[in-house]
Amino acid sequence: MLALGGVDFSLRAGEIHALMGENGAGKSTLIKCLTGVHAPAGGDIHLAGAPVRFGSPRDAERAGISTVYQEIGLIPHLSIAENICLGREPVHRFWPHPIRWSAVRARARDALARLGLSGLDVRRELASCSIAVQQLIAIARALDMSPRVLILDEPTSSLDRDECARLFDVLKRLRGQGLGIIFITHALEQVEQVADRVTVLRDGKLVGVHDAIALSRAMLVSLMVGRAFDHVPVAAGSSGAEGVGSGGAKSGSEDALLSARGIGRRGSLEHVDFTIAPGEAVGLAGLLGSGRTETARLLFGADVMDRGELRVRGRAARFAAPHDAIAHGIALTPENRKAEGIIPSLSVRENIILALQARSGFSKRLSRAAQNALACGFITSLGIKVGNAETPIAHLSGGNQQKALLARWLATEPALLILDEPTRGIDVASKAEILRAIHDMRSKGMAILFISSELEEVVRACTRVVVLRDRRSVAQLSGVQVTEQNVLNAVAQHHA
Amino acid sequence: MTLARLRPIGPLLVTFGVLLAIFAFGCFAFPNFASFAVVRNLLVDNAFLGVAAIGATFVILSGGIDLSVGSVMACTSILIATLIERGHVHPIAAFAAAVAAGGLFGAMQGLLISRFELPAFLVTLAGLFFARGAAFAIHSQSIGIGHVFVSATLNESLAFHLPFAAGGSIPITVVALLAILLASWTTLRHTRFGRSVYAVGDDAAAAALMGLPVRAIRVRVYVVSGLLSACAGVLFTLYQQSGDPAACKGLELDAIAAVVIGGTLLRGGVGSVVGSFAGVLILGLIQTIIAFQGNLSSWWARIVAGGLVLLFLCLHRGLSKLSRSRGPSPG
Amino acid sequence: MPERTRAIQNALRPLLWPVVALGLLLIFNAVCTAGFFTIELRDGRFYGVLVDILNHGSRVAIVALGMTLVIATGGVDLSAGAAAAIAGAITASLVAQGHAPWPLAIVAALAAGLLCGVWNGVLVTVLRLQPIVATLILMVAGRGIAQLITDGLIITFQSPPLAAVGNGSFLALPMPLALLVGVGAIVALGAHRTPLGLFIASVGDNEVASRLAGVPDRAVRIIAYAACGVLAALAGVIECSYIKAADANNAGNLLELDAILAVVIGGTALRGGRFSLAGTVLGAFFMQTLTTTLYMQNVSAEIAPAPKAAVVVIVCLLQSPSFRHRCAALFARRGSP
Repeated sequence: MLALGGVDFSLRAGEIHALMGENGAGKSTLIKCLTGVHAPAGGDIHLAGAPVRFGSPRDAERAGISTVYQEIGLIPHLSIAENICLGREPVHRFWPHPIRWSAVRARARDALARLGLSGLDVRRELASCSIAVQQLIAIARALDMSPRVLILDEPTSSLDRDECARLFDVLKRLRGQGLGIIFITHALEQVEQVADRVTVLRDGKLVGVHDAIALSRAMLVSLMVGRAFDHVPVAAGSSGAEGVGSGGAKSGSEDALLSARGIGRRGSLEHVDFTIAPGEAVGLAGLLGSGRTETARLLFGADVMDRGELRVRGRAARFAAPHDAIAHGIALTPENRKAEGIIPSLSVRENIILALQARSGFSKRLSRAAQNALACGFITSLGIKVGNAETPIAHLSGGNQQKALLARWLATEPALLILDEPTRGIDVASKAEILRAIHDMRSKGMAILFISSELEEVVRACTRVVVLRDRRSVAQLSGVQVTEQNVLNAVAQHHA
Repeated sequence: MTLARLRPIGPLLVTFGVLLAIFAFGCFAFPNFASFAVVRNLLVDNAFLGVAAIGATFVILSGGIDLSVGSVMACTSILIATLIERGHVHPIAAFAAAVAAGGLFGAMQGLLISRFELPAFLVTLAGLFFARGAAFAIHSQSIGIGHVFVSATLNESLAFHLPFAAGGSIPITVVALLAILLASWTTLRHTRFGRSVYAVGDDAAAAALMGLPVRAIRVRVYVVSGLLSACAGVLFTLYQQSGDPAACKGLELDAIAAVVIGGTLLRGGVGSVVGSFAGVLILGLIQTIIAFQGNLSSWWARIVAGGLVLLFLCLHRGLSKLSRSRGPSPG
Repeated sequence: MPERTRAIQNALRPLLWPVVALGLLLIFNAVCTAGFFTIELRDGRFYGVLVDILNHGSRVAIVALGMTLVIATGGVDLSAGAAAAIAGAITASLVAQGHAPWPLAIVAALAAGLLCGVWNGVLVTVLRLQPIVATLILMVAGRGIAQLITDGLIITFQSPPLAAVGNGSFLALPMPLALLVGVGAIVALGAHRTPLGLFIASVGDNEVASRLAGVPDRAVRIIAYAACGVLAALAGVIECSYIKAADANNAGNLLELDAILAVVIGGTALRGGRFSLAGTVLGAFFMQTLTTTLYMQNVSAEIAPAPKAAVVVIVCLLQSPSFRHRCAALFARRGSP
């Protein structure tokens, strides 16, 4: 399988180059080819005009390509100075080669000074620094290698606005020093703020390379999601989208199945409002990192909200754990199917009955006959392709695993089913079957909250769409307003 | 700022506080407690446990665990006794052979753990059984050692005489313990290998991303543990003046307990050999006090040790919760 | 019903290797050890090497059943031996001092085991300590508590009914075996006739996904540790009854290790997930047969652990995916030069 097909990419010295695309677009594969984690199957890499081949990340580092990974990758309980120099500390000549601490500290101070962080005490424990500072320290570690190319993989995903601004100042300073910087991000305004050029990938293919100044936000979104953009002026976004606060919700909270007002959680979600009625399908739209998954997790009790108010059938509810949400008839198929969905070594049957059995508790065991009936029923009705119900679920294809997870929750007959990216990474036929199943469920009165980065799917499946941006709900579309164009506008719009 | 600097050594301060408190209690409760002899005996009686605990500290700091310590010590001691008494080898050569065997054994365990990704506790558990069986296979009964060199280690002739205490001397075993302590502290604190042990224990994935050879470091850690277990076995042999294949049952647990009481995180990444040394002294002091008290039974030592382990585990959790709830101080 | 037969096939598959290993060992004995298979009936009771294996293997098997549940949740219980020592100490001291009739003493001992297990479970789930660490506390302190109960003495007792628990016979077979059958039936029913077995396997296999499916993961873990504590206590009672005394210092020594090895050999992975109770029992009897074989080959009881350890490492290596990969790569290279 080809994760990346014939992508040309160039980086100039002294530029900040944003690399964009939805999950699975091939960004990380491209980075891994550049940093020697993967060997590219074809094509070649030139650094400063000379062809290079990297057998390992260490080769790439020596050649002058340093990478800061999304998960920071530093050691929390070592000092700042050690984190910057770990593995290449200057040592004394005499045995047993003790580390020259004064030199380590001096080097750390130098690297931090390039980032404008001269005041930091490098003997402090890393864990005592804020995430933003840790991010900068990771960059300092990369700079200690005196690289010519610096790759930053989603450096802003856990930073707030001020911290981002500070990071961008640093990046501009480094650009001034002649470094080439590749910067992966999902946030559109960040591209406007720092990037000189933008490369957009989609489905492993190059969509385009553009100068950031010449690119409007709406154009960028349409490039990323792969929809043609009809030159609607960005400012006219309000033609389709209503502000949430301005009475956008049609269904009053009396007949609502679930209503959320201002729910949020420190560090993951700012402020989300929306309601959903029985038999309604509501879509959550927004770019990656806009708070879609975070909203789903709060509604399901997987994370505990620390602000706002949640009402189920008009009564206030607080979910401390998924167990509570399930008791209220809420179900969730998570975004990360492998880590959070399937129980890999258990059979398809056991995976399907798990949630129902967990809800009925320890004492009431579903009889074996009932289990088989349920499992076989869903295997037939959802078209799960599997030899028999006793096959371990890990042996199934992604699409069939997803259908089995859908079956797990359908078995509990939930009032509200939250589907987080139910169609990601699965084949076209399975996609169609899952969308059809969603339609059937709605007609039976089940409410559906649908999250997908495929706008077309959202528009097809949903009667109402809540648009998220920067971890807030910013707009709501309903009825005839729900078109790809309008959603695109709302996503791309400036802050309301 | 000062708090941020103090937090990493907080558990260590608590350890020394407990040590001082127990010693003060002993001095207060028993008239002859605060004497050179008590301190000297404390060190002599616990020298081998101290070395074992230092070895355990390396492994635990790297995020692993070694349950084979006690058996390796027993195996070492009977090997030395057999070589000296039956093979007529000079003790120093016997010690060297035993320590080399310990290192080899550690390397085997390390390879199984890092190359084949077997759980450390399972491999070292098998190592515990294996070394114990090997000890009995070498010789099934304990052997007294009559060599002059060996007996000299406990009496005055091979000891450091102290100028300040009349007739006070420190046996060579204690000197060996202190030397090993110093060497281990230097290694962990001031060499690349030592720092990478902390890094691997704290976050192995990050350490790998930073380009550290994680597997090789793990193997080396178990080699160090094997070497130090064997050294502890040598000290034990000198202490007992004999080799005994049945000795040191469960000693690894005492060593691990000392490491935990010494403020080292069992998860890895945080701690120090100095703390482990203090932990050994705490365990030793408890036994000394029980011996002074006379009518308290010896099993109280185990219960108190268990309680202290729990206390320190809770302390670690409390500290980490506290630092999380306060949030990292703004940089 | 095809689903049913397939489920049975799935349940039997992990038993293949333990059965093969045990079979090889028995064949070896049939050839090399005279009188291995001789069984005679005396005074309404069977005697013989095989009967001894069943008798002594039962004690480890009982603990290993509980250990299977704990390991299946992804944990481990190092304190089983200490719990056994506590249980033995309670039984013997209650009966010897005439404080309680023997049935009550046994109930008290099992209750103490339950307490130990719940303690471990709470440390693991509420304090979120790693299982090795959490159970290490009781492993260190538990033996001290047992000595506290017996006052450091070896307490002997005279109670024929209590002595029968470890020495008596049931239907001409040793009593511990009968107890194992009873306990095994209860555990198997508990695991497979209630949702508990499903929950345990699912928590051990993927904890995050299980919690998101609404599985009460904390309760499941605590139950597993509690079961292990009770079964360890029962093994302690049997041992104490067998020697008609409580020896707080040596009772249950290395019991947890034997139990863990039995579980691993029985095909339950140490990282948790699917488990096989029958495999565990087979594993326990395999370990006991290996021990007895070594004894009968004139390997002393003290040396026997070394070959046992080697066998266990080999079994684990064969289960290790990375070892299999290496071997496969090696053979592939040899196959296509």
